[in-house]
Amino acid sequence: MTPSSLKLSGVRKSFGKTEIIRGVDLDIPKGERHAVIGPNGAGKSTLFNLISGRFPVSAGRIELGGRDITGRKPFEINRMGLSRSFQITNIFPKMSVFENIRCATLYPLGYKYSFWHRLDALRDAADRADDIVRRIGLKSRNDTMAGLLTYAEQRALEIGITVAGGAEVILLDEPTAGMSRSESDAAVELIRRMTEGKTLVMVEHDMSVVFGLADRISVVVYGEVIASDAPVRIRENRAVQEAYLGTTLTEEAHG
Amino acid sequence: MTTSVQSGRPVRFQPLNVGRWLVWGLTAVLFAVIPLIFKSGFAITLLSQMGILIVFALSYNMIFGQGGMLSFGHAVYSGLGAFFAIHALNWVGAGTLPLPVSLIPLVGGLFGALFGVIFGYVTTKKSGTPFAMITLGLGEMVFAASLMFPGFFGGEGGISSDRVVGAPFLGISYGPAIQVYYLIAVWCFVSMIAMFAFSHTPLGRISNAVRDNPERAEFLGYNTQRVRYLVLIASAFFAGISGGLAAINFEIVTAENVSALRSGGVLLAAFIGGAMFFFGPVIGSVIFVLFAVALSEWTKAWQFYLGVFFVLMVMYAPGGVASLILMNLRVAKYRLFAQLRDPYVGVLMTGGVLLVGIILVVEMSYHLTLNFAAGSKTSIFGFTMDGADPAFWVMAFGILISGALSFEAMRRYFAREWGAVQEKIEDQLRREQRG
Repeated sequence: MTPSSLKLSGVRKSFGKTEIIRGVDLDIPKGERHAVIGPNGAGKSTLFNLISGRFPVSAGRIELGGRDITGRKPFEINRMGLSRSFQITNIFPKMSVFENIRCATLYPLGYKYSFWHRLDALRDAADRADDIVRRIGLKSRNDTMAGLLTYAEQRALEIGITVAGGAEVILLDEPTAGMSRSESDAAVELIRRMTEGKTLVMVEHDMSVVFGLADRISVVVYGEVIASDAPVRIRENRAVQEAYLGTTLTEEAHG
Repeated sequence: MTTSVQSGRPVRFQPLNVGRWLVWGLTAVLFAVIPLIFKSGFAITLLSQMGILIVFALSYNMIFGQGGMLSFGHAVYSGLGAFFAIHALNWVGAGTLPLPVSLIPLVGGLFGALFGVIFGYVTTKKSGTPFAMITLGLGEMVFAASLMFPGFFGGEGGISSDRVVGAPFLGISYGPAIQVYYLIAVWCFVSMIAMFAFSHTPLGRISNAVRDNPERAEFLGYNTQRVRYLVLIASAFFAGISGGLAAINFEIVTAENVSALRSGGVLLAAFIGGAMFFFGPVIGSVIFVLFAVALSEWTKAWQFYLGVFFVLMVMYAPGGVASLILMNLRVAKYRLFAQLRDPYVGVLMTGGVLLVGIILVVEMSYHLTLNFAAGSKTSIFGFTMDGADPAFWVMAFGILISGALSFEAMRRYFAREWGAVQEKIEDQLRREQRG
């Protein structure tokens, strides 16, 4: 069996008296493309925030590549090889597309907080940023201020920033939210290309995206994982259909 | 056409940037030549103070414009640097410290950085408004402490010194003001280059990222608190250098050097010049010194005028003078200036009338309340105005009100035309991008 890349055991999270995440266990093997689905307010985004260190967990344990990351700060978790995107576009709006990507490459390339390197002389950072900009299809917008890009372009940039550091585990929070059908088809293709060989965990509402991309799907309802299985089996799962998807699932997946 | 479009774009991998060398070369020539053009003692005083403030304002902008940290206490670093520098100068004079006077600013810089390490550790734990509040409190604390320990800070009178110490080196004794100017010019030039270089290092760029979106930077492996801390230390170093230069220039350092007034002044200078541009604070420093040193020679109300100017800038040109210059250059580049000629003439002429009205009212008021012993008559623009005679007040307010009304009309006209011109440029830009 492949070693697990991301492992959650008994993870719980309460805000005040309200328990949002009620004991989640997940084991995602290396290289898997894993989708987390569930109705609004089920706690999918909260789960991401716990994994990436944005919020501390109330109980439980999270492991990244076998190392305990529970209670670590976001930047520490990032340095250990996990990178995430955000549901609401989270980029550097006043910087150019190229600068956005280059910023994401600097720490992993070992330049950290350097004030003794000249940025424009760092060939490796420039090359890697160039490569990513090309691969996310924004070469023609290379020097455009990120805040001026179209929505779909900003989402592509967001994915570019997320993968630019070379993290092994990529978390994408609703990468196709608010996109038209053709835009989201392009986004799926982009995600597939950019996360080749990496472990991908994504929250997604669009069922065609989920079924087109995921190796395995976890269904979160009221802060619990009620099923975690291959797409085909999830579609047939009685509990899932009753709890969340009803008929819409089969319709959307076939249509 | 592609070349002209690309010229305004961010610089990429370029080991040798010819344009940049040219700009720095011209700056160096300007620094060297300007005291030969403006030769008077007063001009040298002005230029020296501009040089000192340029270093200070650029250092402030490392944390403010570049790093997004609004500080109300940056004079702490320049002021403490100045105190240590002036003590060092006295030790040099007493023969206990073998250091050339030319290197005294470095003492200021090192102590500025040291206090950056100490105080910055506390202040940079927070960002945004809490950071601003902490710096305000810290500034008050250091100011109070400077009056509490007269042994080191010299109490109300401060610490004075004599910069003409040791044997003259190559005929340089730092007696004449012009020699001090050149010392300041050299330090200013070197500091400008160093701070510009800093803004083009990984840390400098990441401090922009932390300013724009700290959360995103945090998820890219950066400890934003660490970024703020390191940038503040670097900034405090250059602030200390400006303090050291001030110590040599004025030969006295008092509690005023660490005061909130100084901290506010540098904020004003950086903002007026344009905090979002590297060279903005340079322009702001020149303007600020013209207000504080030159205008104050003419009128006691200089701070009032500076305040009005600052408010106007914040309201109508939040990007500072630098942004005004760049916007107009852009208009000129697209050859659309003709459309703005009439609005400009209108705004400037009515603005001039408004300004005259304001000056008359302000000067008469100041004269009447602060200088009444000298009589109610005062000379403004060569005319004698009598503050006790209602007729002069009617005239002053008449000019003020008619100026304000016509200016407002012209301002609207200008805003309309300006908007239209900007739209044309945006259109053009979009077309170029597609083509």
